[in-house]
Amino acid sequence: MLSIKNIHANIEGKEILKGINLDIKAGEVHAIMGPNGSGKSTLASVLAGREEYEVTEGEVTFLEKDLLELSTEDRAREGLFLAFQYPVEIPGVSTTNFIKAAVNEKRKYQGEEPLDAVAFLKMMKQKMALVEIDQSLLSRSINEGFSGGEKKRNEVFQMAMLEPKLAILDETDSGLDIDALRIVANGINKLRNENRAILLITHYQRLLDYIQPDFVHVLYNGKIVKSGTKELALELEERGYDFITDEADLAASL
Amino acid sequence: MTNVNYFKDQFEQLQDSAPESTITELRTDGFNTFNKSGLPTLKLEEWKYTNISSLFDKDYQFANAPQQLNADDLDEIRLAGHEAANELVFVNGRFIPALSTIRSAASQLVILPLEEAAKGSHQALVKKHLGQSSVYLKDGIHALNTSFIQDGMFILVPKGQQLEQPVYIYHISDARQQNTLSQPRSLIIVEENAKLQLTETYTTLGTAESFTNEVLEMVVKENAFVEYYKIQHDGLNASQVGSTHIHQVGKSYVHTVVVSLNGGVIRNNLNLVLDAEGNETHLYGLYLLKGNSHVDNHTLVDNKRPNCFSNQLYKGIADDSSTGVFSGRIIVQPDAQKTNAYQSNKNIILSDKATINTKPQLEIFADDVKCSHGCTVGQLDEEALFYLRARGIPKAAAEVLLLEAYAADILAQIKPEALRNHVAELIYEHLSIS
Repeated sequence: MLSIKNIHANIEGKEILKGINLDIKAGEVHAIMGPNGSGKSTLASVLAGREEYEVTEGEVTFLEKDLLELSTEDRAREGLFLAFQYPVEIPGVSTTNFIKAAVNEKRKYQGEEPLDAVAFLKMMKQKMALVEIDQSLLSRSINEGFSGGEKKRNEVFQMAMLEPKLAILDETDSGLDIDALRIVANGINKLRNENRAILLITHYQRLLDYIQPDFVHVLYNGKIVKSGTKELALELEERGYDFITDEADLAASL
Repeated sequence: MTNVNYFKDQFEQLQDSAPESTITELRTDGFNTFNKSGLPTLKLEEWKYTNISSLFDKDYQFANAPQQLNADDLDEIRLAGHEAANELVFVNGRFIPALSTIRSAASQLVILPLEEAAKGSHQALVKKHLGQSSVYLKDGIHALNTSFIQDGMFILVPKGQQLEQPVYIYHISDARQQNTLSQPRSLIIVEENAKLQLTETYTTLGTAESFTNEVLEMVVKENAFVEYYKIQHDGLNASQVGSTHIHQVGKSYVHTVVVSLNGGVIRNNLNLVLDAEGNETHLYGLYLLKGNSHVDNHTLVDNKRPNCFSNQLYKGIADDSSTGVFSGRIIVQPDAQKTNAYQSNKNIILSDKATINTKPQLEIFADDVKCSHGCTVGQLDEEALFYLRARGIPKAAAEVLLLEAYAADILAQIKPEALRNHVAELIYEHLSIS
């Protein structure tokens, strides 16, 4: 579904990604872990199409299309979803209207009729139950005055509504207490299926207690330095990143 | 060029032909001031950012109201809610009773040609209040309106009349044949315990240039309640100086919203004179500028008595090569202790070529007051834009969503629902056309 080949990316002339390779198939859940500053969020930003990042080398194929050639909105309409680490507050734009616009933009792009008000509300009710989000949040402006947990729950709700083929969850666990984390993780687990791929970006292992990945990759200094199964995450939790980063530093110095 | 000799000839003709009344003398005073001051130039502090005099190179002519205009021609320009409104029509600056529809009973709402009011039972009111804005607006363009007061309009909401039907005023400039100068003039009296909701809008017919130089004076008496809306959505060939002078002579409530979407060069003067203890006044403005539009909002709140409250919020968006000007002046006179006066002007610039000039001014001569002012100029929130696009909303639509959201709090100040929805649609269309 997603194939990343030797991606290099800069921001303001500084190289952050230094040759990333990753293949994700439908139905798989991959976790990317790594210490602060390793390039995890940059990878998410590059995939979603943030314009500040300049890709200098490499290619990304998403569902047989050259992802890097698509605009941010077209990537979303092709089925790529980014759950933001810091969801943006947008006063004056109602969450419901925004999600309706997003759902119908996607349908239009895929040649489908827009949902009418009744069908949209029905869909909303169903997905609200799935991710345990309250109606009162959705009638407010986007994320305005939401707690950290409410913002993340809103991200997962949007994911449920947009039914992406690939969901990238950028530090979705950050800033959540244990109860909020459980609710958010439950929502994500319910959205897991054999047609959908998920890329979890996280600093800590604890999210992976709730969402069991098929593969774990360690990103360090702009490269994936180790890949494995979920046991790798447990080992990281126990031993810290040092045992991998030291190894990588040593290899780089030789 | 429309020169002084042209105005002199026209003025003399008018004075010779118009019947003698209290207005005759007012016109003479006006013309003397105009003769002395001429049209305001950029050298005047109050006109530093808005060049009116150069517009007069366009050779504007006074035009008579066209004969072929009838009530059906108005359909295109009617505002939502008109079915229940008193609709008053000015054509080329002249109040045309034949095109106007008055739905309220005569006991609730008095509408007369100004000349008639100046002779009849309202003579004393006209004499006392017509021309009071000249105390504050001393420049030549204001005097030019006064010099040519003719076929103006007098509106009176008598004591205790809580007028249910709103009053809509349509200003039509017929620029189908020539560049047209319109100078509407009105005097509005809202008496004790009365209520008035008034909306003005402007339309230019044809493709020649129009210039509207309007003066509206309003007197608001004890315990009266006024909502005033001004919707400017005319062509780029339409320029305007619109002066609204509201004198709150009794403890009263005034709520104003000025929305400027489209036009050539627009200057709005909005004066509020808080001349009774305990007045409350709200001033809201929204300007969404594109192309070469130039919109200049000058507000003045003169606090003359104690315990008055005023709040101002003007918001603007400037795109392309447009220019937005806000100048807000608050005066607190020595008597006006316990004044609460607030002012805020916020702007978004969307283009490198757009300009915003903002100038708040506080002049405080009392020592026990609460006043504040502030202004900001910023850009569209890139993070918010990316967030919307990352959900599949195209960039242009995402921008419209954000700009609409930015305008939403001012739009919400238009209280009648039909009018608010109408303006919301105009805003959406205006923002969606790139």
